[in-house]
Amino acid sequence: MYSDKVMDHFMNPRNVGEIENADAVGQVGNPKCGDIMKMYLKIEDGIIVDVKFKTFGCGSAIATSSMATEMIMGKTIEEALSLSNRAVADALDGLPPVKMHCSVLAEQAVKSAIYNYAEKNGLYFKELEGFDPHADEDHHHDEEGCHI
Amino acid sequence: MRKKVYLDYSATTPMKKEVLEEMLPFFDVQFGNPSSIHAFGRDNKAAVAKARERIAITMNASSDEVFFTAGGSESDNWAIKGVAYAMRDKGKHIITSKIEHHAVLHTCQYLEKEGFEVTYLNVDAYGLIDLEELKAAIRPDTTLISIMFANNEIGTIEPIKEIGAIAKEKGVTFHTDAVQAYGNVHIDVKELGVDLMSISAHKVYGPKGIGALYIKKGTRIQQLIHGGAQEKKRRAGTENVPGIVGFGKAAEMAFENLDNHIKQLITKRDRLIKELKEKITFMHLNGHPEKRLPGNVNLCIQFIEGEALLLSLDMVGIASSSGSACTSGSLDPSHVLMAIGLTHEVAHGSLRLTIGDFTTEEDIDYVIQQLPPIVDKLRQMSPLYEKVKGGN
Repeated sequence: MYSDKVMDHFMNPRNVGEIENADAVGQVGNPKCGDIMKMYLKIEDGIIVDVKFKTFGCGSAIATSSMATEMIMGKTIEEALSLSNRAVADALDGLPPVKMHCSVLAEQAVKSAIYNYAEKNGLYFKELEGFDPHADEDHHHDEEGCHI
Repeated sequence: MRKKVYLDYSATTPMKKEVLEEMLPFFDVQFGNPSSIHAFGRDNKAAVAKARERIAITMNASSDEVFFTAGGSESDNWAIKGVAYAMRDKGKHIITSKIEHHAVLHTCQYLEKEGFEVTYLNVDAYGLIDLEELKAAIRPDTTLISIMFANNEIGTIEPIKEIGAIAKEKGVTFHTDAVQAYGNVHIDVKELGVDLMSISAHKVYGPKGIGALYIKKGTRIQQLIHGGAQEKKRRAGTENVPGIVGFGKAAEMAFENLDNHIKQLITKRDRLIKELKEKITFMHLNGHPEKRLPGNVNLCIQFIEGEALLLSLDMVGIASSSGSACTSGSLDPSHVLMAIGLTHEVAHGSLRLTIGDFTTEEDIDYVIQQLPPIVDKLRQMSPLYEKVKGGN
């Protein structure tokens, strides 16, 4: 069902944990739907110098979080904002169709953290236009509201 | 070599060697069609009759009340559609429960589209139906009650005898899906007041693709599979002779050894539950503590997700299953876990471990040793656990 890369990132996830006094923290997902990703960033001179994550979710949710942290480490904020869910999935040698939403969540976790950074520092990034960091929270969900 | 521990006996069981040995000649040497007049056919007709008798004895039925099918799902479909259509002149109301197997639930939903009405009974936190609710649900146009003997996910055993008595008093036909219970509890269809009962071979160390429906003499039921005159003209199709022979042997073995089987499984089951409870916090047992299948352990382990747990267990050679949405291919966690009142969050962390005849004490030890560190690792990764530790 999963590629070797997904299994590797699931069993040996990179960058698990928290960053004390992180410059940015973002959380997406909903426990009702079975997945929550929380991402912590340390940012210096517009560069992501450290990133950590915590995830509640299935194997692919953990693997996509892990891969996303690897892909934005050492990158500029703009580069991190250009990370697409497709790129995360491709880097893992693909995901089963029903698990593609995990890669969307990983992309949103990165954006959510940077949104938090932009808010705190009064910065503007055009890539965040229209991004709603609370899109996955409870009030948007009815009983069947978890998207796949 | 990596240790392999199979704890998914509710999904399917390995076939016993003795069962396979009895089946083998019927693939090549004794291959005749039981409907044929010649010796090849006659011999196999006798083999089918012997298997039918072996199965009938296990449930205190007579052999002409046992009809072979392709498995539990066909038996459920036949019982429900067959009675619903045969009794259409009396009424179009069926009663079932919210925790039935999909073979029952989806059949009922199909009948709703065909103009039948279905009442889905609630269950309590243990998964038991309420007999008063059942009584109140029965109407003059109710023709069928279909309540499972034991639940496949949480293992809860329903009050079948009491349901049978109510059904009899009200003159309603009673079907029970006993696919999980058969071979794991004592069953006497007469004492229980059951009119129809679905069973399957591969849950009792027999082959896949063969099941049976017990139909009490005099029960009004239409046939589902039309064609030849097999199964007393009630279920067409050339008999799956090797499967039937294997089912007969498996059933006989299961019931010869039933008391010991139940005792062994309960001992292992209860040790597994007890020792895991001692080692893992924020965990609880789903289903009834005593009225449960001897081999069923179903746990909710909070703050982690079931599929991640299953994958991690699989990596150390332990085969298990979960009611998490991520393992079902659907959006919601299991309908059973929802019906017993679990929240989505908790239901996502469900783990089912089902033990059987080949489970050893060493296997139980291995799970008790492997599961707690896996839970710990996943919790260390979980933002939900961090909140609990932080006290908010």
